Amino acid sequence: MKYFTTFILWVFLAGTLSAATKITEVTSPGGITAWFVEEQSIPIVSISLSFQGGTVLDSVEKQGATNLMMGLLEEGAGTLDASAFLEASDDLGTRFRFRAARDSVSITASMLKSDLDKSVALLRLALISPNFDQIAFDRVREQVNSSIRAGVTDPQSVAGMAFNQLVYGDHPYGRDREGTLETVAALTPDDMRIAHQRSMTKDRLVIGVVGAITPEELGLLLDDLLADLPETSIGELTDIAVSTSADITVIDFDTPQSVAIFGTRGLPRDDPDFLTAFVLNHIMGGRVTTARLNVELRQKRGLTYGISSFLLPYRNAATFLGRLSSNNDSMAEAVNLVKSEWAKMAEFGITQEELDIAVRYLTGAYPLRFEGNAEIAGIITGLQIANLPIDYPQTRNDQVRAVTLADMNRVAARIFLPEELLFVVVGQPEGL
Amino acid sequence: MDRLLKFTALALLFMASPLTAQEVPITSYTLDNGLEIVVIEDNRAPTVTHMVWYKVGAADEPPGKSGIAHFLEHLMFKGTKAFPDGTFQQIIEANGGDDNAFASQDFTGYFQHIAVDRLPLMMEMEADRMRGLILDDAAMLTELDVVLEERALRTESDPGSLFTEQRDAALFLNHPYGTPVIGWKHEVEALTLQDALDFYELYYAPNNAILVVAGDVVPAEVLAMAEQFYGPIAPSDGIKPRVRPQEPPQTSARRLVYRDDRVANPYVIRNYLAPNRKSGNQQQAAALTLLADLLGGGGISSLMGRRLQLDEGIALSTGAFYRGQSYDPNSFGVFVVPRPGVTLEEAEARMDATLQFLLENGVEPERLARSKRQLLAAQIYAMDSQRGLAQRYGAALTSGLTIADVQAWPDVLQAVTAEDIQAAAQDLFDIRRSVTGYLTGPEASQ
Repeated sequence: MKYFTTFILWVFLAGTLSAATKITEVTSPGGITAWFVEEQSIPIVSISLSFQGGTVLDSVEKQGATNLMMGLLEEGAGTLDASAFLEASDDLGTRFRFRAARDSVSITASMLKSDLDKSVALLRLALISPNFDQIAFDRVREQVNSSIRAGVTDPQSVAGMAFNQLVYGDHPYGRDREGTLETVAALTPDDMRIAHQRSMTKDRLVIGVVGAITPEELGLLLDDLLADLPETSIGELTDIAVSTSADITVIDFDTPQSVAIFGTRGLPRDDPDFLTAFVLNHIMGGRVTTARLNVELRQKRGLTYGISSFLLPYRNAATFLGRLSSNNDSMAEAVNLVKSEWAKMAEFGITQEELDIAVRYLTGAYPLRFEGNAEIAGIITGLQIANLPIDYPQTRNDQVRAVTLADMNRVAARIFLPEELLFVVVGQPEGL
Repeated sequence: MDRLLKFTALALLFMASPLTAQEVPITSYTLDNGLEIVVIEDNRAPTVTHMVWYKVGAADEPPGKSGIAHFLEHLMFKGTKAFPDGTFQQIIEANGGDDNAFASQDFTGYFQHIAVDRLPLMMEMEADRMRGLILDDAAMLTELDVVLEERALRTESDPGSLFTEQRDAALFLNHPYGTPVIGWKHEVEALTLQDALDFYELYYAPNNAILVVAGDVVPAEVLAMAEQFYGPIAPSDGIKPRVRPQEPPQTSARRLVYRDDRVANPYVIRNYLAPNRKSGNQQQAAALTLLADLLGGGGISSLMGRRLQLDEGIALSTGAFYRGQSYDPNSFGVFVVPRPGVTLEEAEARMDATLQFLLENGVEPERLARSKRQLLAAQIYAMDSQRGLAQRYGAALTSGLTIADVQAWPDVLQAVTAEDIQAAAQDLFDIRRSVTGYLTGPEASQ
C-alpha cells in the first residue's frame, strides 16, 4: 500500500516551530510589560490588549454595562465625535476591534507602520478618553437591543442562555453578556464611565504585540498608549463549583432542526490534568474526522452536519461542553449516541492507537496556529492569561507527547461523567 | 462643534501619510495537460496552503439537479483506490494538517494547510482524487443526510437565508444564479450516485482546474513537484466553454414579503442586477466597488449610515454590497434595518431618498480619497493572510479573470473618478432590474 509508506515517512517530522515565533518580553520605560514577536516582513503592527474582568463584573442591576461600554469606545473620544473618530480611523487605515467577553474585555488593533504614531494616538483616545456622549449612547444601545432581541429567536442562543442558567444559577456566569432588554434600558452614560474605570486598568492588563517594530520602539509605544490608564481596580468574583445532573431539558421552538448543548463540570486551566483532558476531548469531540462523536454521528449515520465538544475553563468556573444540531426526527437518536459515547469513554477510556493519532495531529497542527500577525498577537496574549511560561510554544509539543495512556484513562474517568451529563435541546425533537 | 472646524482639527492631528500599492510576488505556469498553477511566496513560517480550484460550480449544474456541485464536494472525501475509506483526511490529520472544501456558484475548491515539507504528499493525494474517486451507494446515502442536515442548519434554521433564496430566485429570471448553491431541498433529496459521478467525470480534470500554492516555497520546486504529481493526469476532452443561460431584458420591478416568526429585526433589502468584473475591462466593476463602499460600506461613515443612522436616526444599521467577482453578471444590494417603530415602508422611502441624493449630487472627493486609501491599506493587510492570498487568485481565475486582471485591480480601483461612480450608479439603479424584499416578523406593522 503506497500511502502507508509515505505516511510513516512523514509523520516524525512534525512539530517544529518557526524561529520567527520567538517571543520576548518587553518592558517599557514606564514599567508596562508586553510579550512581543518582531516580524519585519510586512509593514504592519498588531496589538492585542486584554483586561481581565469582563462582563461578569456587571452587577445584576447593571447587566450589559460592560458590553455596551466596549461598543462605545470607538463612538467618540477626546474632541472627536463618532463620525470624526471613524473617519480618522479610516484615513489611517487602522483596524480596531473592541470586544466584551465574560472574563475579559479586549482590544485588537492592527495598524500600518507608515502611520503608527498617529494610529496609536487615535487608539489612545478611545482607551483613555471615550466620550460616552448621549447621542452615540442612545444609538449604540438600540443596536445592542436588536442583538438581544435576535438572541431570543435564535435556537443556538436560546440553548446557550438556558444551559448557562441551569449550570451557573444566580452566579454572574448564568447571565447574558449583553444584559437584558430591561437592564440595558436602565443604563446611563454614567454607568459607562463607571464600567470603563473598573474594566480598563493596568493591573488587569495583558499585552501581546507582533509586527514591524523594534523592542525599543515598542517600549515607547506602550507608554504613549497606556501610561495614563488607572493603576488598579476593584471587583473580583469567588470561584463557583459547577454541578449538573443527567437531565434533558427540552425548550419548545418552532424549527425543523433542533440544536443541543450538553455538558458537565470541567477542569480549571491550572489543573495539572488540563492538558491531558485537552487531548482526551480532542479524541472525543475535536474538530477532526477521527473524533469519536464525528465518526458515530456524522460519518456512520449522517445525523448531523457538525458536532464538537470543548473544555471551557472560565476564571471562576469550569465546564466541559458539547454542541450539535440534528433534524427533529433524529435528535433523540443523536442524544442517545452522545450519552453512550460518554459512558463508553468513562468506562473503557481510549486505546494507545487513538492516543498516537491524537498526538500526531495536535503536535503537527500547533505550529500552524502561529500564522498571521494578529493571530500570533492573540495567541501570546492568551498564553499570559493562562499563566503559561514564555517558552511554552517551544515545550508544549513535548508535553503533549509525554502524556501516557495511563494518564489518559485516569483523567477520562475524571472528566467524562455520564451520570451528570446535562442536555438542553431547543426545537421540537421527537421522542425526547 | 461646526463640521468644517472639526475636520480641520482632525486633519492636523490625524493626517495620514501617502500609501503605495503593494504586491505579493507570484509565479505562474501552465502544464501541458492544461492545469494552471499559481505560486505565492510567503516565507514567514514553514507552512503551506495547497489548493485545487475547479472551474465548475452550482451555476453549471444540469436543470433539476441543484446541489450536485456541493454534494460532490462532500463526496470527494470518500476515497480512491490508493487512499480508500476516508484515509484522505486521516492522513492529513496524522500530519497535523487541516483541510476542507467549498463550493460556490462559480467554483469548487479543496485545500490543505500543513507543514511545508508535506506538500508532495498533499499533491499526491489531491492529484489522485482528481480522476480516481470511488463511490458506493451506502457512502452516498449517509453523506446525503449530512448535506440535508447542513441545509437545515444553514438555510432552514435562518429566516434571512430562506429569504435570500427567494430573492435570488426572483432577481434572476433565467440565469442559474437564481438557484441556491446548496440546492433546493426537494432536488437535493433526489440526487443519486450517478448524478455525482456524471458531474465528476465531466468537470474534474487538469484542464478545468487551477492549482494555487502559497507558503514557504521555492516556485521552481513547486512547479517541478506539480509536474511530477499532476502532470501525468490526462486532460478531459469534454470541457466545453462555460455558457450559462443569460438574463433577458428585465422590465418589471419585483417585490417580495417574507414573514417568519423567528425574525426579531425586520429589514428592507433591494438587489439590482449588476455587471461583473470582466477580463481586461474592470473599470465599471471598480466604480461599483467604490460605490458600494461609499454608499454603505463603513457603518456610520458611509452615505447611508450618515443619513439614516446619524442624521435621521431611523435605522439600526445600513449597508451596501456588490458581487462583482463573478463569472456572469450578478448583483448589487442595499439594505436598511429600521429602528423599532419605523416601518419598512418608511425605511425604504429614506433608502430611496439616499440613492436619489447620490444620483443628483455624486460622491464627495474627500470621501472617495478616503475609500481609496482604505483599499490600499487592505492590500497591505492582505499580505498577512496566506490563505487569503491563495483565495484571491483561485477565486478570480475561476471567475473568468486572469492573473494580470488580479494584479491590475488595485490600480484600476485607484483610477476611479467621482464621475465614473456617478455614471455607474446611474446605469445601476434602474428599478425595473431590481427585487425589493421585506423580511418581517410575526407582528410586523406593515
